[in-house]
Amino acid sequence: MSDTTAPLTAPRVSPAQAYVSTTLREQEPAPVATRGPVLWVRRHLVGSVPQVLLTLFGIWLVYVTVPPLIKFFLIDAVWTGTNREACLPEKVGREVGACWPFVWAKLDQLIYGFYPASERWRVNVVYALGAILLLPLLIQQLPGKRLNAILFFGVYPVVAFVLLTGGNLEMQRFLIGSFSGSDLFAGAGTVQGMRVSFWIDFVVSTALVTAIAYLVSRIVAGPEAAPAAAKTTLSAFVLLGLVIFAMDIDVGLPQVETRLWGGLLVTLVIAVTGITVSLPFGILLALGRRSKLPLVKALSIIFIEFWRGVPLITVLFFATYMLPLFLPGRLTIDGLLRALVGVALFASAYMAEVVRGGLQAIPKGQYEGAMAVGLPSSLMLRLVVLPQALKLVIPGIVNNFIGLFKDTTLVLIVSIFDLLGSMRAAFTDPNWASPTTLFTGFGFAGIIYFVFCFGMSRYSMALEKRLDRAQRH
Amino acid sequence: MSADPIIAEAEANAPKIAVEMTGVNKWYGDFHVLRDVNLTVERGERLVICGPSGSGKSTLIRCINRLEEHQKGRIVVDGIELTDDLKRIDEVRREVGMCFQHFNLFPHLTILENCTLAPMWVRKMPKKEAEDLAMHFLEKVKIPHQAHKYPGQLSGGQQQRVAIARALCMRPRIMLFDEPTSALDPEMVKEVLDTMVSLAQDGMTMLCVTHEMGFARQVANRVIFMDAGQIIEMNEPNAFFSNPQHERTKLFLSQILH
Repeated sequence: MSDTTAPLTAPRVSPAQAYVSTTLREQEPAPVATRGPVLWVRRHLVGSVPQVLLTLFGIWLVYVTVPPLIKFFLIDAVWTGTNREACLPEKVGREVGACWPFVWAKLDQLIYGFYPASERWRVNVVYALGAILLLPLLIQQLPGKRLNAILFFGVYPVVAFVLLTGGNLEMQRFLIGSFSGSDLFAGAGTVQGMRVSFWIDFVVSTALVTAIAYLVSRIVAGPEAAPAAAKTTLSAFVLLGLVIFAMDIDVGLPQVETRLWGGLLVTLVIAVTGITVSLPFGILLALGRRSKLPLVKALSIIFIEFWRGVPLITVLFFATYMLPLFLPGRLTIDGLLRALVGVALFASAYMAEVVRGGLQAIPKGQYEGAMAVGLPSSLMLRLVVLPQALKLVIPGIVNNFIGLFKDTTLVLIVSIFDLLGSMRAAFTDPNWASPTTLFTGFGFAGIIYFVFCFGMSRYSMALEKRLDRAQRH
Repeated sequence: MSADPIIAEAEANAPKIAVEMTGVNKWYGDFHVLRDVNLTVERGERLVICGPSGSGKSTLIRCINRLEEHQKGRIVVDGIELTDDLKRIDEVRREVGMCFQHFNLFPHLTILENCTLAPMWVRKMPKKEAEDLAMHFLEKVKIPHQAHKYPGQLSGGQQQRVAIARALCMRPRIMLFDEPTSALDPEMVKEVLDTMVSLAQDGMTMLCVTHEMGFARQVANRVIFMDAGQIIEMNEPNAFFSNPQHERTKLFLSQILH
């Protein structure tokens, strides 16, 4: 190559300019002027004219909002009393702030709604069990996550259902009965609140479906795949059977209809169900939307866009007042359940788009790396793609959770009384009519919502930090 | 250095012909990337594939573990023909290890977990055994003490060596390298090449897309030159470098060997 180009005439370094380092300089501490409170104030509060203005504005904002709030909720507040008289300025003889005795008097209603007083221990057990199972799940250092997760996501919902409603579902027909539209095994009597006819139907249906699964997989995937398919089907049915059994058996608890539920109970039931259903559903929908199978993809898109396109209020209204018109006469679905399904589907569609954002951020190389080591696509998603994608969208996921938690108040329009609904019902009590009752009530509800939402927010931030520490780039 | 017993065992059980490609054609849309490629690689052979960018060399080796699918022709890897059958593709991928230009380590897992993931989930190896195997190969690539760090905490050269160890943990019979040193700082190229040389000494069947001609001279049995989706020249390394036949090869070599 050098023979074809002219020799380069680079300027030579004179011997005087040549330099070879002989010592390695020691590391020195940074100058003091880069730290310290005075410097911090100068840099962050009064560094420039706009900064000074913003600082002054901030101080003014704190001045006009914080002292009045403290004055209203703490200093001028009334703390004890038995009725509205305690909170009337003309009776007390001074300016009156928050009327806390109103909240104390209505606390039971706010927590349980109209749940019968003698049965409220059941709600308490559900609250306590939930807290006992959830907390260790959130604290990473504690062992036994797998068992803990099974208990919380698998067993707890069933136990909570039985405790809250009283169980004893009076199941009548399973698959065969439903499809044939008749009670084939009727007249077999009941044992412990369970109809024998239903369970005969269940056993026969299970055997039938397992046999079909065996035959179909034998034809489609070959004889070696058939036993596994049959086993999976059978275990799914056995699990389903256990759940139905727990809900169907008469455990001796009086039934409590869901229209008696209210307050925080309803808020938590809707929020927790919505949250725990929407995440897995959302993931499935997001994967479906990115699927190469056109039918799966189209169905996912239609589902997501439909639920994102209609307001939650419409969904709730439709589920409550329109759905019964379309369903066959004998079939009635519980009002709260309808709202639950509506909220869960609605939240799933939103979640799907958040998760899709995470999936799109995973570089192609990760898929190729996973394929190259021989991971089949299901394992690739589970072990490589989803852990990274979900980590990326934790802020979005928790954002959805928080939004969902607060959106639960919309069930008020279909006459389900959540925390805020119960509060509004409490306002109508003439015994507690005072000038500040309304503000106190909303203030209290606000605090409760804030505690839950802020808790979720802080937990997600801690989670992000922990995951970041683990894989800093 | 004595041959690695695990690699030697895997190679000993492999069929005589590692890869056989006959009349392989591939298109990206209307673009004809691979044109009638015929190639037979025997067990234990070490191939270096070079050529200008866009010549289809990466595509060629990515067809071997079906990261790309070919549209015409036959590819038989380790006695298994690659078709649309997902089961066979998974089977081939279990026997073929691969290293990428950008490593493609899993950033959310530690080095050790990166190495044990596939053996545990695909080969159903018990955790202890998988970890022992991973440590064996991490020692081979000389980074056992980094096992509990995350990929992001390692240098490029270290990451690429982990990627090699990760691939070896599946006990592959064939290793593919897709420009393993192209994304590395100059000072780190050597440590990766040394690892690859030692792998060659163990008798691993290797197909390497690389422009490291020193490596090619040292370990390759054959050097392949590709241009415009075709194999233009193939020869043993000495003859290839000292006496290239095709004009395109001469031009290419004159530009990279200065």
